[in-house]
Amino acid sequence: MNLVIKCRKIIGGSALGQALVTRQPINFLTMLDPETGIVHDSEHELYGSSLKSKVLVFPNAIGSTVGAYAFYSLKVKGLAPEAVICTNIIDIITASACAISDIPAVDMKGQPSDSTSLIKPGIRVLVDADSRCIKLSKDINL
Amino acid sequence: MQLTREEEKGLKGDYGSTMAMAYRILVAIGEATEAERLTNIKWAHLSGVNYNTIGDAGVIFLEKFTKEARVKVKTTINPMGFDRTQPNRLSKNFLTKQMNIVNSYERMGAVTSFTCIPYELFSVPNGSTISFAESNAAIFSNSMLDLFTNKESALSALASSVTGKAPYSELRKEGQRRAKFSIRSSFSPETELDWGLLGFFAGKVGTESCINFEGVFQPDLRRAKSLSAALGTSGSCGMFTVNQGGEKEVVTYDPQDAKSVKDELSTSEDGDVIILGSPQLGMNDLSCLASLVEGRKFKKRCMIFCARTVHRNASRIGIADKLVKSGCRFICDSCSCLTPLISKKETDSAITNSIKAAYYLKHSNKVAVCLKDLKTIIKDHSQ
Repeated sequence: MNLVIKCRKIIGGSALGQALVTRQPINFLTMLDPETGIVHDSEHELYGSSLKSKVLVFPNAIGSTVGAYAFYSLKVKGLAPEAVICTNIIDIITASACAISDIPAVDMKGQPSDSTSLIKPGIRVLVDADSRCIKLSKDINL
Repeated sequence: MQLTREEEKGLKGDYGSTMAMAYRILVAIGEATEAERLTNIKWAHLSGVNYNTIGDAGVIFLEKFTKEARVKVKTTINPMGFDRTQPNRLSKNFLTKQMNIVNSYERMGAVTSFTCIPYELFSVPNGSTISFAESNAAIFSNSMLDLFTNKESALSALASSVTGKAPYSELRKEGQRRAKFSIRSSFSPETELDWGLLGFFAGKVGTESCINFEGVFQPDLRRAKSLSAALGTSGSCGMFTVNQGGEKEVVTYDPQDAKSVKDELSTSEDGDVIILGSPQLGMNDLSCLASLVEGRKFKKRCMIFCARTVHRNASRIGIADKLVKSGCRFICDSCSCLTPLISKKETDSAITNSIKAAYYLKHSNKVAVCLKDLKTIIKDHSQ
């Protein structure tokens, strides 16, 4: 069964990937290993997880304004997520980083507050920013 | 978002691919923050100057970006990773890449200010709209100086510097500078460290762009600087207000909360070196420090991070000399956060009064930290 969640488009495009989900915000400068794209902050829920090829589902970025470069560096090294879903309102760090990295980005502004609770870790997610929707499926072929 | 014909042309690429990229960033942020239009800015301040923060991808990006782009408004830049007059011990790779970044910013016409406290060194008229990427500077300018900026990212402020424009949204609009969220403190924080602890707590729990503080007195400049830096480190907030009326969602803050933040960041009983400056020390901070250490000498190394202009001014009036005689060492144009000058190889632990320094020393430089307020540092570590 496929489920569709409405969202707000920030950066257009569409991309498919496995959901990497956290309720904790991310400081892209300090919490990610720039060489591997793995979350290396041991206090973070995503500790040990790689962002590569995932659909990153997180509230928003915090802290360093240079985080935008840190995120862009992942893209250059082929370690970036396929798409970004901000479960809160997208922040300027994430929006600007996705803009220059051509990574589809959406957020949940104006949507019911629990609408992203259906995005369980590990499920396949299609972010279709242009159609302002997120499709969920356990079916690998989606 | 409504763009003017000129802006549309910029976005379409009529003024080159670099301008198109700059407009693409601004439009994305305009969409994200629900701006109805772009507005002219008077000043941009950029982060993303230290090689240790932007890496090779940043070096190449800036080199390409600045081939075409030139600043349209006054543009100042953040500290870099080292002091050019003390290059010893640093790797050739670091030095080459760092200078490549500096050259890029010079080429685009930025003032090589190398400061994270542009608000203490430069000014524009009150009420001006600006675009500040350094978080402590954005928060301080909105909250203490009646300037109007969002907490920009390194890339959005860069886009604003070459277009002279920024989205007219959120904290740039008078009506949105009223907090809907408040931290009610059960005690009034006293030292600059206390204000930093409060800021770090507030940034973590408040997701709003403007946060109000209740139950505290109006902070002076030193305390506000510490509060701004800590708020910017832990959260996404871009402004604070103090004891502002009106209905708000309230979270309480008590001494136990302050202790929790301190326990999280202060993981060492002592340190090998004292680090002062994140944000960099300004003239006010140096005068205050000089009067506190008058006739005393530090028993440990004490590193002071400041802008070269500040050091020069402090030298002129004899303060710098006094501080050097007390055992301080000045490091100009740089900042304690992510500098290769402080690494685990040589330093196990550092003493500082800065929450921002503590956070980055712990997470990026991987150095243990002992947090103390300035007066206690001087009492415990000088004689």
